[in-house]
Amino acid sequence: MTAPSITVSETPLVLYTLRRADDALILGHRLSEWCGHAPMLEEDMALSNMALDLIGQARELYGYAAKVEGRDNDEDNFAYLRDVRQYRNLLLVERPNGDFAHTMVRQLFYAAFADLYWRGMMGSTDATLAAIAAKSEKECAYHLRHASEWVIRLGDGTDESHARAQGAVDDLWAYTGEMFSVDEAERGLIDAGIAIDPTMLLPEWLSIVSHVAREATLVLPENDWMQQGGRDGRHSEHLGHLLSELQHMQRSFPGATW
Amino acid sequence: MYTQALNSPEEGSLAEDAVRASRFQSRIDAEERIEPNDWMPSAYRKTLIRQISQHAHSEIVGMLPEGNWITRAPSLRRKAALLAKVQDECGHGLYLYAAAETLGASREELVDAMLAGKAKYSSIFNYPTLTWADIGVIGWLVDGAAIMNQIPLCRCSYGPYARAMIRVCKEESFHQRQGYEIMLTLCRGTAEQKAMAQDALNRWWWPVLMMFGPPDQASQHSDTSTKWKIKRFSNDELRQKFIDATVPQAQYLGLTIPDPEMKQDEQGHWVHGPIDWNEFKQVLAGNGPCNRDRLAARRKAHADGAWVREAAAAYAEKRARRQMAQAAE
Amino acid sequence: MATPNTPLWEVFIRSRNGLAHKHCGSLHAPDATMALQAARDLYTRRGEGLSIWVVPSSAITASDPADKGMMFEPAESKIYRHPTFYEVPEEVGHM
Repeated sequence: MTAPSITVSETPLVLYTLRRADDALILGHRLSEWCGHAPMLEEDMALSNMALDLIGQARELYGYAAKVEGRDNDEDNFAYLRDVRQYRNLLLVERPNGDFAHTMVRQLFYAAFADLYWRGMMGSTDATLAAIAAKSEKECAYHLRHASEWVIRLGDGTDESHARAQGAVDDLWAYTGEMFSVDEAERGLIDAGIAIDPTMLLPEWLSIVSHVAREATLVLPENDWMQQGGRDGRHSEHLGHLLSELQHMQRSFPGATW
Repeated sequence: MYTQALNSPEEGSLAEDAVRASRFQSRIDAEERIEPNDWMPSAYRKTLIRQISQHAHSEIVGMLPEGNWITRAPSLRRKAALLAKVQDECGHGLYLYAAAETLGASREELVDAMLAGKAKYSSIFNYPTLTWADIGVIGWLVDGAAIMNQIPLCRCSYGPYARAMIRVCKEESFHQRQGYEIMLTLCRGTAEQKAMAQDALNRWWWPVLMMFGPPDQASQHSDTSTKWKIKRFSNDELRQKFIDATVPQAQYLGLTIPDPEMKQDEQGHWVHGPIDWNEFKQVLAGNGPCNRDRLAARRKAHADGAWVREAAAAYAEKRARRQMAQAAE
Repeated sequence: MATPNTPLWEVFIRSRNGLAHKHCGSLHAPDATMALQAARDLYTRRGEGLSIWVVPSSAITASDPADKGMMFEPAESKIYRHPTFYEVPEEVGHM
């Protein structure tokens, strides 16, 4: 017997909150995969700290989604009992860790966005989201700093590290556009002042990322084709494997308390 | 802790050393702490480097069995707690390497010895974590046993080691509680969960008792370590203390200690049946169920990270050169 | 298999405003920026700090314990530097 998936009534605010929660959980999960395997012990500490920040953000956001949805779901139902098609995270955050350059470039791309995003959301008319934003902004600002320093060192380090960092930028670039996309469900929330318009963040994001890339002697790709789909549950093949690990216990022992 | 450069063990004549050694021993007897740049017998230095670095390696290798469940933890609350705990272990490894470095050994050389299979780490981490209940048992028993060992080390004669242990013990206070809470939840859960808990206890009980080391008659390092106040209790004393503390906790959980010969003596101590020291010897010799996997995982992390460390070093050098050039302008 | 040594740094943390930075340990990092970040991640996980200093271990000059006698014992006999050396009648009150 395995535990079946839950159903979620995805009102715009529930959907909106789950999307951000899923971003944080999946990226936090990815970073936690490094624990015990990082290039140096000091970096084990750093990666775990970032993972814990993100898992913490996910828990608060799931908690809020549960409250808004007003049914019996809780943070663990959302995390452990939705299948791939119900997950709403960005494709970027589910990318496998790859080498350390891929992990740090992914972190740079996401944190540069998340820091701006949460800073903007501190002005949300939704008091809970504004409070979560205030805490998350500080965390993501640090993630951005840490990832930037590493990307600069990798890009401007040795020939090998430069090639790896440039490869990571080239591989991950097409997953950055999704961070700035808006659909109908979100448009209403933006108009109501609950959400912010992410397209407004693009110029500053570009400027931050370009600055780091320049310091790192890396080139941002010209290619402007951007992959989309995560927000609607059209994921890469990687997410299913991640979920099969993440959800193993809850699926295998239906209804048990841990 | 203190700079490595302070620690060039200087050579003295034998007669001089005898005077110094007796002065050193009277400082120890007076419960004075020895600090990094103080004179110390080279055997004291060697013993400490060996013990502290083994302790550090244990923390780092110990991340692996528990790390095995970070991505599969059954709830977000458990996931965060487990990740924080494994991260703490990494931190503790770092505090301990730093303490060892105050004695003149470099972290790199200590880690290299571990990766080469030349340095030991706690035998317990060569056992596999097969189910979620293993995470509960590790927190409850492995951390419980570690705390028994570590609390006396907070008063160890070597200052940096004692200070590192104070920090470690303070931070570890949540680890054992975390483990016991997992066990309690399992034992109050479904029959399947309770069976999982009992199975984990059955597999870990004897290896945990072995963590305290060979019986007192067979222990090779104890005498001098006791004289130097590095060790304050014998292996058997600590083992007994641990068992006496643990049996009632197991009873509260409704679990059975997998030792049919265990009985309580007149003083109230729980007396254990014979420990299979051959198994212990085999695990130390590299033949435990996970020795090869553990070393392979650490070697892989080290090898995969080499290009990152090289890049950081290359960048630091470039930046220093650029700053120098700028200053010259 | 010898690994090149990554520089060692000493970490000092101010736990509260109003207190001095206190030595709390050391770590390895390739440069000062990374040392500061590593110090944050290693030594302030439980909110232990408000300010961090990192110093290359090699920059510290320490006194030699063998010089303890000449360095520190001469101060011990200068009891007139301490307030208890001087007698003030009790009636005068606290001074």
